[in-house]
Amino acid sequence: MTEMRLMAPAIPKLLQSPDHELCPGCGHPVAWRQVLEVVDELGIADRTVIVVGHGCYTQMMIRSDLDSLQCLHGRGPAVATGVKRMLPDAVVITLSGDGDMVSEGLAEVLHTAARGERITSLLFNNGVFGDTGGHMTASTVVGQRTKTSLAGRDVEEHGYPIDVSRLVADVDGSAYVARGAVNTAGMAARTKRMVRRALELQMARAGFTFVEVLTMCPTGWFVPTAGGPEYLEESMIATYGIGEHKTPPD
Amino acid sequence: MTSVRGTVVMATERCKGCDLCIPACPPRVLEMSSETNTLGFHFPILHDGCTGCAACADVCPDFVFEVWRYG
Amino acid sequence: MSTRTLMQGSEAIADAAIAVGCRFFAGYPMLPFTELLEHMSRKLPAAGGVCINADTEIEAVNMALGAAATGARAATGSCGQGIALMQEAIAEAALNELPLVVFNMARGQQDYFQATRGGGWGDYRTITFAPKDVPEAVEHTQRLFHLADLHRAPVMMLGDYVIAHTHVGVSPAALDLGPVPPKEWALDGSMGGTGRARQIWTWDRGKPNTPGVGPDQHWKDVAAKFAAIEPTEARWEERLVEDAEVVVVSWGTTATVVDYVVDELRADGVPVGSFRPVTLWPFPGEALADATRGARRILVYELNAGQMIDDVRIHAEDRSAIRFIGGVSQDQTGMRQGDLLDAGVLRARVLEAVKEG
Repeated sequence: MTEMRLMAPAIPKLLQSPDHELCPGCGHPVAWRQVLEVVDELGIADRTVIVVGHGCYTQMMIRSDLDSLQCLHGRGPAVATGVKRMLPDAVVITLSGDGDMVSEGLAEVLHTAARGERITSLLFNNGVFGDTGGHMTASTVVGQRTKTSLAGRDVEEHGYPIDVSRLVADVDGSAYVARGAVNTAGMAARTKRMVRRALELQMARAGFTFVEVLTMCPTGWFVPTAGGPEYLEESMIATYGIGEHKTPPD
Repeated sequence: MTSVRGTVVMATERCKGCDLCIPACPPRVLEMSSETNTLGFHFPILHDGCTGCAACADVCPDFVFEVWRYG
Repeated sequence: MSTRTLMQGSEAIADAAIAVGCRFFAGYPMLPFTELLEHMSRKLPAAGGVCINADTEIEAVNMALGAAATGARAATGSCGQGIALMQEAIAEAALNELPLVVFNMARGQQDYFQATRGGGWGDYRTITFAPKDVPEAVEHTQRLFHLADLHRAPVMMLGDYVIAHTHVGVSPAALDLGPVPPKEWALDGSMGGTGRARQIWTWDRGKPNTPGVGPDQHWKDVAAKFAAIEPTEARWEERLVEDAEVVVVSWGTTATVVDYVVDELRADGVPVGSFRPVTLWPFPGEALADATRGARRILVYELNAGQMIDDVRIHAEDRSAIRFIGGVSQDQTGMRQGDLLDAGVLRARVLEAVKEG
């Protein structure tokens, strides 16, 4: 009788239902799977609180088996500050998209990082306001077509995208800042390690930890579904890069 | 004869035909079917040679793949 | 005889909040709220709480929401100009049913509409107390934390510069306000992984294993909750209205000048009385109607272009009796009441109304 080992369940333990309404080829559930796996592997599901902004990724919050608080658009890091100060032993994770964090909530994430709040902020960055139908955010890369930059983002007319990871790394209160992606399995695995490190550092009270994950939005990008991963590499990885931008001194 | 080190059980009814698993599979043993599921999407079928590496599960937005390894 | 301590109103409010268990406070400095933040900053940590000088009003109120979501008694504040930035979060607390106490230490009386109508989205009301002096503010502080927990809603104190800055002998007596429901909805992470994780969300669709009622029913339920609160939480004070031909309606610290003038006029035999809503919402409309039914004139005295007067018009039975004798009145700093807050001015305006046949 051949023995068989389960390498990966279809549905992660901390996902109550896989039946979301996100587009084919959406990168958000790919990224969130890695996060749920890390939380489960670290054994911290029963002391984790997630604070989630407004965007397509809300669909992940409402299906996750974690104590959840939806916050106002952009305000996650501030709300999470209140949560963590009252529950210092909880693991507090914020989840935002680029519209939520880089556009609406830029002040919140920078101030929270500066205060060194012991929370982990995750940014699922697909360079577009997906939930509203595909509009420009402060993260939209130059040349990206959106419904509010139909000819492609033009620096003369629309200015430059903001690299929020760089800003957060620049602030002294941040302990760990990394950027991953989910356009390939290898990238997803690398991203998972970043999330794990961020959460471990939160638990070690090292300071504010931050993981940005570049995710696909073929719908918002006006590219064919199957072309999302390649387009992500050519546009977003080319603009922002991948890697650990800040790590604590050893 | 390719060695079969693993296999996948696929919830094809929730596949949305994004094709991301096809190039993600290192031994390239996934191929989109000519049939469609009840949502109207083509879904993957598995050929011989799966290694049970779970790359497909790692890239699938719709939680289709349950991955097993033999031995 | 109990001991009274001479202290600034802001400090008395801070002490009262801490005494009833407030353990999180966040604020952004803005006169005349700043001293409340200063006192909390100094005293709350020693009581085991957290006080954060936030970098924006928006962050302050959102921090307080996060603290409230864990079940802690949380508060924030500002003056009306800063409360303006907090409107979205106050409405959010109303719709996702988080208890939150908001202290508006106002620059005058131009925030009545802001407090009672609200500038956030949705069908919500905000229980609002308008103390007339520091001892009332201390009492109201205790009531506000209790009501926030009892009704799972944001609540407000509409104080002002006078209350914030006046030193008064205070002997804070702890009110027995009864029990509040256990906060089974509060988030602490513990339900994660059980299949029944908790969720706080204004749309209340719940999670697959624990579905909610959805936004339509939830928002109807929230509106119904406020409708049920309305007849039960109104407070007011009336003086000498039984035989009054003229009733002066005022709120907040302005009412202390009204009290003074009413007593002065009564000593001269003028049949004048006063009515003061203590809660601006729920507005004590029935009580106002009763108190003013026999009056020839209902004089509304507030330091703005006419805000509470709308509620007087809604509830008074004889709207033709209503006269506005207030007005916008700030001092040259823009921080506090101006020349209209004057017993002589008020007395003259009341006598003018009395003389009108």
